[in-house]
Amino acid sequence: MTAGRASSVRVDPVACTGHGLCAAWLPERIELDEWGYPIVDATPVPDELVAMARRAAKECPARAVLLTRAV
Amino acid sequence: MNAALWYLTRASALVSLALLTTSLVLGMVTSGRSAPLAEGRFVRAALHRTLSLVMVVFVAAHVLTSVIETYVDIGWLSALVPFSSSYDRFWVGLGTLSLDLLIAVTVTSILRQRISHRAWKLVHWTAYALWPIAVLHGIGASTADQPLVLGLAASCGVAVLSAGVWRLCAVDLDRRQRKLAGLQGWR
Repeated sequence: MTAGRASSVRVDPVACTGHGLCAAWLPERIELDEWGYPIVDATPVPDELVAMARRAAKECPARAVLLTRAV
Repeated sequence: MNAALWYLTRASALVSLALLTTSLVLGMVTSGRSAPLAEGRFVRAALHRTLSLVMVVFVAAHVLTSVIETYVDIGWLSALVPFSSSYDRFWVGLGTLSLDLLIAVTVTSILRQRISHRAWKLVHWTAYALWPIAVLHGIGASTADQPLVLGLAASCGVAVLSAGVWRLCAVDLDRRQRKLAGLQGWR
């Protein structure tokens, strides 16, 4: 991902199995409902948070967290 | 020198067993989705990965020292090809088999973001076979009868069995939530 380019977080709701790890790594954009499933804020992620967003995507046991690049 | 290698082989085997057990239990706890809202859930997943990688180092030490030491004759080939060792063919072969599984699980996990999720998961499931095969290898190939060793093996067995039973019962964690939601009615 090129620096300065806004990207946002998306969760594939079908793949998600509700481990809650993404919200632990990126609480700035992802919170959990009372069942432990993510509620995602699609506001673009600022540069200083991109590393954590990538980490959230990497940590997901179901690989359901996606980073989308804004056009 | 040879004696030192022999002791290293056995010591690294014991450390590997403890780490493999901890890692498997942590993996089961993660996949069983225990407490997705708990504070420390990301530590658990990170520990699962870190301890597994540390275990790989100890297993590498175990295999290297087993091949290098000369009390028993285990060749380089039989470290990788199961049941090819002239010494203690069956029990050493089980160790080789678990090493091959460990290599497969480790490599696919390192490449997890690049390969299909299904392929990763299929290979990762073989960890459930890896543990009993490695433990059988330990029971059959080991010559140790010290209470410390037997105690470690027994506690590892208890840990994996109880985590396994918990994991089998934890197939549907939303069951309770669904029941509660049903009682509450639509909101």
